[in-house]
Amino acid sequence: MSTVASPAAQAGGRGTRVSQLRKRADLIGDRLLLGICLLAALVAGAAIFLVGYQIIHGASPAISKFGLGFLTSTEWQPNFNVFGAGVLLFGTAVTSAFALLLGAPIAIAIGLFLTLLAPSGVRGVVGPLVELLAAIPSVILGFWGLLVLAPFVQSKVEPFLHSTFGFIPIFGSPQTTGLSVFTASLILTIMVIPIIASITRDLFQSVPDELQDGASALGATRWEVVRGIILPTTSSGVVAACILGLGRALGEAIAVSQVIGAGFEIKGSLFETGNTLAAQIALQFPGNLGGMHQAALYYCGVILLAIGLAANLLAQWIGRRFSYAGTVAR
Amino acid sequence: MSSASIPDPTASLTPGGNLRRRQLVSRVAEIAATAAAVLAIAALVLVIYSVVVRGAKKISLDFIFTAYPTGVGPMLLGTLEIALIATLMAMPIGVLIALFLTEYSGAKGARTMKLVLDLVNGLPSIILGLFAFALLVDHKQQSGFAGAVALAIIELPLIARGSQEVLQLVPQGLREASDALGVARWRSVLTVVLPTALGGIITSTVLAVARAAGETAPLILTTSNFDGKSFVLNPFEALPNVPTWIYKLSEEGNPEGFNEAWGMALLLVSFILFASLGARALLARSKRKLSS
Repeated sequence: MSTVASPAAQAGGRGTRVSQLRKRADLIGDRLLLGICLLAALVAGAAIFLVGYQIIHGASPAISKFGLGFLTSTEWQPNFNVFGAGVLLFGTAVTSAFALLLGAPIAIAIGLFLTLLAPSGVRGVVGPLVELLAAIPSVILGFWGLLVLAPFVQSKVEPFLHSTFGFIPIFGSPQTTGLSVFTASLILTIMVIPIIASITRDLFQSVPDELQDGASALGATRWEVVRGIILPTTSSGVVAACILGLGRALGEAIAVSQVIGAGFEIKGSLFETGNTLAAQIALQFPGNLGGMHQAALYYCGVILLAIGLAANLLAQWIGRRFSYAGTVAR
Repeated sequence: MSSASIPDPTASLTPGGNLRRRQLVSRVAEIAATAAAVLAIAALVLVIYSVVVRGAKKISLDFIFTAYPTGVGPMLLGTLEIALIATLMAMPIGVLIALFLTEYSGAKGARTMKLVLDLVNGLPSIILGLFAFALLVDHKQQSGFAGAVALAIIELPLIARGSQEVLQLVPQGLREASDALGVARWRSVLTVVLPTALGGIITSTVLAVARAAGETAPLILTTSNFDGKSFVLNPFEALPNVPTWIYKLSEEGNPEGFNEAWGMALLLVSFILFASLGARALLARSKRKLSS
């Protein structure tokens, strides 16, 4: 396919002047290409620091005014210049945790289906389709959640869950709109699934066949191979995948802001409105506020950035530190 | 003693007792896994179905090419401009990073670089919006360019990782042949390695564009132009664009606005689906070709 164009090959035969010029050009060219490649790499590294700097800089008035109390205070009253992210932190934690609780088992099951059960034809279709789920823009997923999912949740799912599991306080009485922490969690679940599914699929595929065949030869059923061989050898990677999914759920702003209903209080029931850090930024920042309000939203960004980076680093660390399949199969 | 080990010829061939229970558990697990896959596909189909059914009514040439309120041409143009500028920024840097990873950095450097790329990839898009706002918009004015900077950061790790995977597939033999002919490293990179991997690099870029085209969070902070009555070419002004308009219309709660939003959603989704499906197929082909 490629043409091996190499004028340099004949260079030796010509005059030494030409070859020396060429040598010098090559020396410069080599250094130059290495240099700009290195520069590009540094740009990516610098981007992280620059992002961190800009956001902390924007948040500094709020950080110096509210300090760490910002994390626990549940007051968010722009008119009085009083801000606290307690409600937002709570909402972020609840929605992401619930999304992970719901999404992780489904995603892992999909990973198992794709590696063990699906015939190769089905695998070639289902795998890319699940990944396409991640390609749907969040604003469209949120819009769909607002107009299609929320009414359905409000009229069918919430009454059902309330009447069946109503004795558990998180399934309180249904509200009128369907815009709730619960609906937001469902949307996040849809976003989390493709991420975890594609990572776990790759993990499960990396489990050595000899181990699985050995277990099968000893009479293990398929489920016992999964329970006894596949999940134990990949458990650290699966945890890392879940943390990456969690990171995605924590940082989602648009879709959540469309369906969570922008509540101002911490409520016990999942069917009430709430709010998250990212959604709050998306909802209030475009108002061009300036002053302390803007700084407080930057502060939310700082928290989000810190949690996000921590989750990502943790996932990387777990993935590397405990990866059995990774070290054996690759 | 020995007679006891001869199996009973009249015993049933279907398993009973414990084995039966184990097989049943396994069967249930298989069904559950299949159901999970069906559920995910169902979610995808449901979303796309809703978008297609509700959006198809709005689609017409007028809708695509004229300005608001009859059409959404300015928003499409704005999205196109922003995506183009973002890609023009992200692609060279991304490919250079990929070259750095495959041609220059040692194993240790590559590990650090990959960690950095993963971290950039994990940054929430709203954070990138705040960043672009703080850097380019605050105390100045909104601009499509600021949005494009944020999208470029989203595209960067995707392009870099995708290109790196393709570059790694370029046969080592080609590089060695080039070395053996006395060709300098930079010439063989530019004339042998890159051209061989070009197809894969372009498809990785298309995948990254498909991902970035629907990003909303950075754009509502940096380039939210809700006029839409005129086509804006200058990227240093706020450009109207599809994602922020869908967001705005979804917040307004006006039924006609909802229809327009569905129409735009259909245009956006069909671009993204075709681009990513097509790029995926091409990528798989060029990878096969390289590794065979």
